[in-house]
Amino acid sequence: MKQFFSFIKKEFYHIWRDRRTMFILLGMPLAQIIIFGFALTNEVKNESIAILDQSKDAASSQIINKISASRYFNVTALLHNPDEIARTFQTNTARIVLVLPSTFGEDLRHVNKAQVQLVTDASDPNIATTLINYATAIITDYQQSLNSTAVIPYQINVQSRMLYNPQLKGAYSFVPGVMAMVLMLICTMMTAITIVREKETGTMEVMLVSPVQPMKIVMAKAIPYLLLTVVNITNILLLSVFVLDVPINGSLILLTGESILFTITCLSFGLLISSVTDSQQTAMMISMMGLFLPTVMLSGFMFPIENMPLALRIVSNVVPSRWYYEIVVAVMIKGLGISSILKQTLVLSGMTVLLLSLAIKNFKIRLE
Amino acid sequence: MANDIIIQTEQLTKRFGDFIAVDHISFDVHKGEIFGFLGANGAGKTTAMRMLCGLSLPTSGKATIAGFDIYKKTEAIKRSIGYMSQKFSLYEDLTVKENIRFYAGIYGMSNKYIKDKTALLLQQLHLEDEADKLVGSLPLGWKQKLAFSVAIFHEPQIVFLDEPTGGVDPVTRREFWNLIYEASAKGITVFVTTHYMDEAEYCNRVSIMVDGRIDALDTPVALKENFSAASMDEVFLQLARKATRNDS
Ligand SMILES: Nc1ncnc2c1ncn2[C@@H]1O[C@H](COP(=O)(O)OP(=O)(O)O)[C@@H](O)[C@H]1O
Ligand SMILES: [Mg+2]
Repeated sequence: MKQFFSFIKKEFYHIWRDRRTMFILLGMPLAQIIIFGFALTNEVKNESIAILDQSKDAASSQIINKISASRYFNVTALLHNPDEIARTFQTNTARIVLVLPSTFGEDLRHVNKAQVQLVTDASDPNIATTLINYATAIITDYQQSLNSTAVIPYQINVQSRMLYNPQLKGAYSFVPGVMAMVLMLICTMMTAITIVREKETGTMEVMLVSPVQPMKIVMAKAIPYLLLTVVNITNILLLSVFVLDVPINGSLILLTGESILFTITCLSFGLLISSVTDSQQTAMMISMMGLFLPTVMLSGFMFPIENMPLALRIVSNVVPSRWYYEIVVAVMIKGLGISSILKQTLVLSGMTVLLLSLAIKNFKIRLE
Repeated sequence: MANDIIIQTEQLTKRFGDFIAVDHISFDVHKGEIFGFLGANGAGKTTAMRMLCGLSLPTSGKATIAGFDIYKKTEAIKRSIGYMSQKFSLYEDLTVKENIRFYAGIYGMSNKYIKDKTALLLQQLHLEDEADKLVGSLPLGWKQKLAFSVAIFHEPQIVFLDEPTGGVDPVTRREFWNLIYEASAKGITVFVTTHYMDEAEYCNRVSIMVDGRIDALDTPVALKENFSAASMDEVFLQLARKATRNDS
């Protein structure tokens, strides 16, 4: 065991002393998240808004005034019937429409409770969410100003509808996507490269001549990358919650557990690659072509799997990151529990066992 | 004298496809000997040595190392040998001390023992001031001497050296051979490949490999006599003229 720790320590020296690589490994995930974060926090200013006022009374005009008075929105169109909403989006007249239903004023007066609807063009889902947040804030503001003088509190419910992209595909897919990419890159590629480097330099031979079990050395190589990955995942999650406002809706423990499972899948993949190649260059190429690209293209994070041609849909089944991506979306974004991701978890576990046994079987005690 | 044989091979052969890299070689090495394993580039020296170290499986033939069969007792052999590969095999991004520590740790030596012995070794190599420097920053000759010392740190019965002085200047080569003599004086058997013929003179016995076969094996003095040559260089040239293989 003491021997094992000294191996791990040595791996940390390797990582620590190659500062450039270390900074890339730690910085790249942060950079990706932050760049995306900037794209996300579009400041809303003088955004065009169209209004469909079917109520046409005191209350509805007060809301409209409030909105046009705010520095966030400009009322650019007054619509007359719901059919016009889609055209508003198609002609880029506005990206958001406020619908005040015909019963709005009456409901508010008689039952102190009314509904409004916000419809957005969600083809750019980030902007759509931001717009809804701003408009909702103004309406809530109005509701509070009513309540300051009222006996019975008023309540205005805001219903929002995202046209074109009701599930908000793309908006929140970035964080799970980056997680899958980072794990794949660090665990698979770096593990493969660090083992193959020892073959290239000849240090592996010296170890194979010694009584130490080679598997022990290889395992010791994986552990620092496992830790590095934990740091990265923590960073990504912190940034995503506090900078991007992408919350963790499900269980953090479940998310962590699944991430560790996927990390082990990736490490096994790295081991397997290192056992079939003798040069760092080849190891890097295999990692890039064989894993990184499929992760980007076929995991569903750039292009939805259901829109792919049948052949690619079939291929995507053997891409481990596809399953991990689905897990993260389910747990982190949709807030679902373990029961809804059993299939994905089983598939990943199966892949891990298969990859690991292949890697161990292939690992040569004797170099030919 | 048969019981002082520490390496024995019989018809040891290695094929790569149709190509016979090592062609039925048979020889004995005695305990405590400095055995020179000579041959031109591509003669098959490295391939033969790798079979003896357990890095490569022979195609046919027999061999025992320290009395252990190379097919069956690989674990026991590993504990009895040290190995310095043809490639430089220390970690350039670790310090001198860390390298020693790591390789000694592989052989499961205690911390206390490693510490004491490291201090002694650094003193012998005059590397005390470099102990905490990265190995990558040392001159090649120092690296090679360090690599050799690391290879015998666990005091093996036999040490295999594959072209340990390749690319090193003549003065450092002399110093390196002094280290080999010291190890030999401690009873470690030295099995060394080289293509520098002047180094052959430093060996107790030498074998000369041509195209995968051992064409001559004797003491340097006897070889020079047999081939009526003034130097080992001449002996080698006479044998090498027959060679058909040319790797370099
Ligand atoms: N893994 C291998 N596959 C095929 N041929 C090999 C392999 N290893 C060595 N050889 C060939 O075997 C011959 C002997 O090589 P080697 O033992 O390295 O020679 P030396 O160490 O004497 O220079 C060379 O011709 C080399 O090309
Ligand atoms: Mg060689």
